[in-house]
Amino acid sequence: MAEPTPELLTKSFELGYTYTRSTGPVIGHFLSELREGRIVGTRTSDGRVLVPAAEYDPVSAEALTEFVNVGDEGVVTTWSWVVDPISHHLMQKPFAFALIQLDGADVAMLHMVDAGSESAMRSGMRVRARWAAERRGSITDIICFEPT
Amino acid sequence: MREAAIIGYTQSAQRRYAGAANESELIMPVVREVMQSVGVSQKDIDFTCSGSCDYFQGAAFAFVEGLNAVATAPPIRESHVEMDAAWALYECLLKIWSGEADLCLVYGFSKSSPGELRSVLTLQLDPYYQVPLWPDAISLAALQARAMLDAGIISERDMAEVVARSRRAALANPKAQLSGESSVEELLAQPGFVSPLRRHDCAPITDGASALLVASAETARRLCARPAWIRGIDHRMETGMLGARDLTRSPSARYAGARAGVSAGAVDVAELHAPFSHQEIILRRELGLADGVSINPSGGALAGNVMMAAGLDRFGHVATRIMQGEAGRGVAHATSGACLQQNLVAVLEA
Repeated sequence: MAEPTPELLTKSFELGYTYTRSTGPVIGHFLSELREGRIVGTRTSDGRVLVPAAEYDPVSAEALTEFVNVGDEGVVTTWSWVVDPISHHLMQKPFAFALIQLDGADVAMLHMVDAGSESAMRSGMRVRARWAAERRGSITDIICFEPT
Repeated sequence: MREAAIIGYTQSAQRRYAGAANESELIMPVVREVMQSVGVSQKDIDFTCSGSCDYFQGAAFAFVEGLNAVATAPPIRESHVEMDAAWALYECLLKIWSGEADLCLVYGFSKSSPGELRSVLTLQLDPYYQVPLWPDAISLAALQARAMLDAGIISERDMAEVVARSRRAALANPKAQLSGESSVEELLAQPGFVSPLRRHDCAPITDGASALLVASAETARRLCARPAWIRGIDHRMETGMLGARDLTRSPSARYAGARAGVSAGAVDVAELHAPFSHQEIILRRELGLADGVSINPSGGALAGNVMMAAGLDRFGHVATRIMQGEAGRGVAHATSGACLQQNLVAVLEA
């Protein structure tokens, strides 16, 4: 006698992480301002402006709450030239990672520069943000920086 | 504080690709060998601590698999750090100093060959300001090298000299992955990789494991003819905001070195965990190492760089030279994070 076919219980399953993280009042404000096309930093008690907005002074560890608007143009302080992008890179053509000190900031922020060729890059060059048309509150709302 | 000393060290062959061998199979031979070298077995170990990173295995709690390499029945006391195993050694020292243990086993391991290492390392960065841009580890190190070149602190020739010396030294290290004679001119003739870095300025991708034994004073003297005493050790870190750091300097390495007592005596040998050629120059400057100090006679990370073990390897190589009577006083250094963000410095003595 044939074995009865067992009834199999099946259920679709999607692996996902259903929580969201709050970015908090400092990083959250920086990201919200990016969505509006503005860049903000935080001011330390000795008057330095940290960009991107930092929650704490990396030197004194004091909590920072005062926001300061800075420009979307600045100066490249150092850079690396990625001649052969890897799959994760957002730009799939030769580009630079760079530290960029924005006008009004006392420290540099990490981003990318689309300069076309390595010979167009140098430390000290001025660059301006290339904003995304649709912004969603992410550091990638700035697509990259480009030479002025 | 109780004294502690390194009494044994073994590393696996450093290989670009360890094939089908899993992590446990990489760890098991070095654990067995280091215990045999001093004549102990797992039942003699009071505390076991490992250093590894789950991101390399791509699974949460993957480090637990590593325990298959040690005997865990009857139950053992063990811990793990999601860092280079040099920090697992630090945890063992805390156990010894507090009187909780007399003999500790440390091991570190990884297979970084299956993934894209420079991208995996991106995930250790700030998740809001940095990770979405996918800055890879090599591009970030290149920012630091450029800053040093721009400041006139180093030249590309200086970087090539570090590489040539490291690979030449590695000829004497049978475990090294990369070794050989190459002239500075040959190296400088190589094309750029992530400018200003050439491929040889970057540590290779390496699979492997290392194991080390550290003991309290009485146990060390009983098991080892010439223990490598840990006279000072300190760990300091800098902000994760790369642009807020002066990348040409390493104040954390300088401070850790001072606290560890590097300058309290002459240094015979220093093993510096510098995964990029220019970083060795930063570390030499910040630790105040004189020109006559033998730097990275093992070949250093540029000759083989097992993630999560390469820092422990620096301790192991200095300790081995002291245990074998080739050095009297040495400096061991381990780093973690982007552009030398974290630095652990120790002074070892005969």
